[in-house]
Amino acid sequence: MNQGDTNAIEAALRLKEAAGDCEVVLVSMGPDDAINSLRKGLAMGADRATLVSDTGAAGSDIVGTTNVLAAVLTHETPDLILFGQQSADSDGAVLWAAVADRLRQPVISQATSLDLSEGKATVKRQTEYGYDVIEAPLPCVIAVSDGINEPRYPSLKGIMGAKKKPQAIVTLESLGVGAEQAGTAGSRTEVKSLNDPPARGDSQLIEGDGEAAARVLAFLNEKKLT
Amino acid sequence: MNLDLSPEHELIRSTVRDFAESRIGPVAEELDRESRFPYEIVAELADLDLLGLPIPEEHGGAGGDTVSYAIAVEELTRVDASVGVTVAAHTSLGTMPILAFGTEDQHAEWLPQLARGERLAAFGLTEPEAGSDAGAARTTATLDGDSWLINGSKMFITNAGTDISACVTITAVTGEVGGQSEISNIIVPNGTPGYEVSPPLKKMGWRASDTRGLTFENCRVPARNLLGERGRGLAQFLEVLDGGRISIAAMGLGAAQGAYDLAFGYARERQAFGRPISGFQSIQFALADLATEIEAARGLTYRAAWLKDEGREFALAAAQAKLYTGELSNRAVNTALQIHGGYGFMDEYPISRLYRDQKVLEIGEGTNEIQRLVIARQLGLP
Ligand SMILES: Cc1cc2nc3c(=O)[nH]c(=O)nc-3n(C[C@H](O)[C@H](O)[C@H](O)COP(=O)(O)OP(=O)(O)OC[C@H]3O[C@@H](n4cnc5c(N)ncnc54)[C@H](O)[C@@H]3O)c2cc1C
Repeated sequence: MNQGDTNAIEAALRLKEAAGDCEVVLVSMGPDDAINSLRKGLAMGADRATLVSDTGAAGSDIVGTTNVLAAVLTHETPDLILFGQQSADSDGAVLWAAVADRLRQPVISQATSLDLSEGKATVKRQTEYGYDVIEAPLPCVIAVSDGINEPRYPSLKGIMGAKKKPQAIVTLESLGVGAEQAGTAGSRTEVKSLNDPPARGDSQLIEGDGEAAARVLAFLNEKKLT
Repeated sequence: MNLDLSPEHELIRSTVRDFAESRIGPVAEELDRESRFPYEIVAELADLDLLGLPIPEEHGGAGGDTVSYAIAVEELTRVDASVGVTVAAHTSLGTMPILAFGTEDQHAEWLPQLARGERLAAFGLTEPEAGSDAGAARTTATLDGDSWLINGSKMFITNAGTDISACVTITAVTGEVGGQSEISNIIVPNGTPGYEVSPPLKKMGWRASDTRGLTFENCRVPARNLLGERGRGLAQFLEVLDGGRISIAAMGLGAAQGAYDLAFGYARERQAFGRPISGFQSIQFALADLATEIEAARGLTYRAAWLKDEGREFALAAAQAKLYTGELSNRAVNTALQIHGGYGFMDEYPISRLYRDQKVLEIGEGTNEIQRLVIARQLGLP
């Protein structure tokens, strides 16, 4: 499981522990064995999981993935949708925005704290220079930062209890997602080529020769970055 | 035939590995240097149910199988053997005899606090003059009214003297039958007048684990603290040791894997003669041999655990696993340190701690020689 997603699950579990009467549901799209990643979330304490697993969904880009996840979420009608900040593989950090857009719900990213009260979410959103405090009415989508919490380890009882929790593996058809909306057919991205980023021509290499720190400091001073 | 671990087993492994690397790894060197018992880590292990893993849920444990338990001990020891042995001794030696031979009242009195990891338990078999020859125990317990009066001493006892130690189950001579000592097991709660633990023993390895000498001087415990049948003490403890060997085998496996992983990482980074030393065939062969033997050790260890879970005879498999992993871990730490060169001899490099921590795996819970004896007997040799 993505590290970022464990932060989102932890945030959800804490909200549940504080509020009591609610349910934490994990939603994912992936091959059948992705259920094992979801099991970790169930072991941490989530109540149930839904995995969309369908050969027709293989090869989905962000558009296809958004279509599928939005369909699940439309069925579930949650009060709050939490995402991890970004995926561990491609470091995307856009899926939450795309899903929120598709659901026409407000979205807040980089959440370093999160409170719910009176039908709204209050979030501290981390910025380069500090943080913004943002409120949004529920339902909404929030992508949490990795600084929001330290995810718990699943306990052994949690791990062994996880397999008894409801885990639904659903198909595109059961969600009413057409073949043209998912997989390669539902995708708009075409990868033409992948290259390393171009080298930065203006970089300076300062070697550690005893004076290095002083030279770095002089450089930063010159650029007014201290 | 299916040799796959279940998804739960895999999740237990990744969870314990992650915990060991991020919570124990960073403090292992300091704990070792200061010979400090890791109370904070023990509390976290308790939260993860790792101190009562194979104990049934109705007694406060996690109700896991022996394979899960072996995986957990392996992963803890891969990072820190002191933590590994604290868990293994508490579970297999401290708690298991009470579970296996205790009455309902004894279960209720001891198991919940032990299985939840609030308190630790110890097992006192070895005496200053009776180790391998455990039947030569001299500690006596005399029934006096409705209590046992205990006199004698025990040696090298793990988990007996921590601030959270609850009790030690000892072997004691309770009489004589046909010219032979009658040996029984008795639970002695910590804090009982007349029961003293020595200061922590100074050790070559396992320094962050608790090892003590115990003395009993007119120590009185209630008669109901007899564990199991009177006169069955040695047989019971031998049975406990059969199970304990699986956990020590898991420790040997973890130690070997840990040493291998350190050597593998180091060999790819260290440069000599203009290339990483992992490019030299002698280093490659050393790692190839270790990787092969570690897989063999894993097979032996998990099979012994699996046999136990299946309710089948496992004493031979457990002794073989214990012997093999003990000797393998010795080769592994030696090879891995050699691959580290001079840096491996420095305290800052974890391999030096793994090297010191390894040796006792060939001594505790039956030396290599005693394992061979057990195996030979199981094979039907006279
Ligand atoms: C760190 C540590 C923790 C321990 N924790 C515990 C614990 O929690 N509880 C507990 O009860 N004990 C514990 N022990 C004790 C351990 O189990 C004994 O040290 C072990 O059983 C060996 O006994 P001994 O030290 O008396 O050696 P000895 O029995 O004196 O053996 C000395 C040597 O003689 C060999 N030898 C003995 N008999 C034979 C034979 N018949 N044939 C061939 N060779 C033989 C042995 O293999 C060994 O090489 C611990 C020991 C250590 C070091």
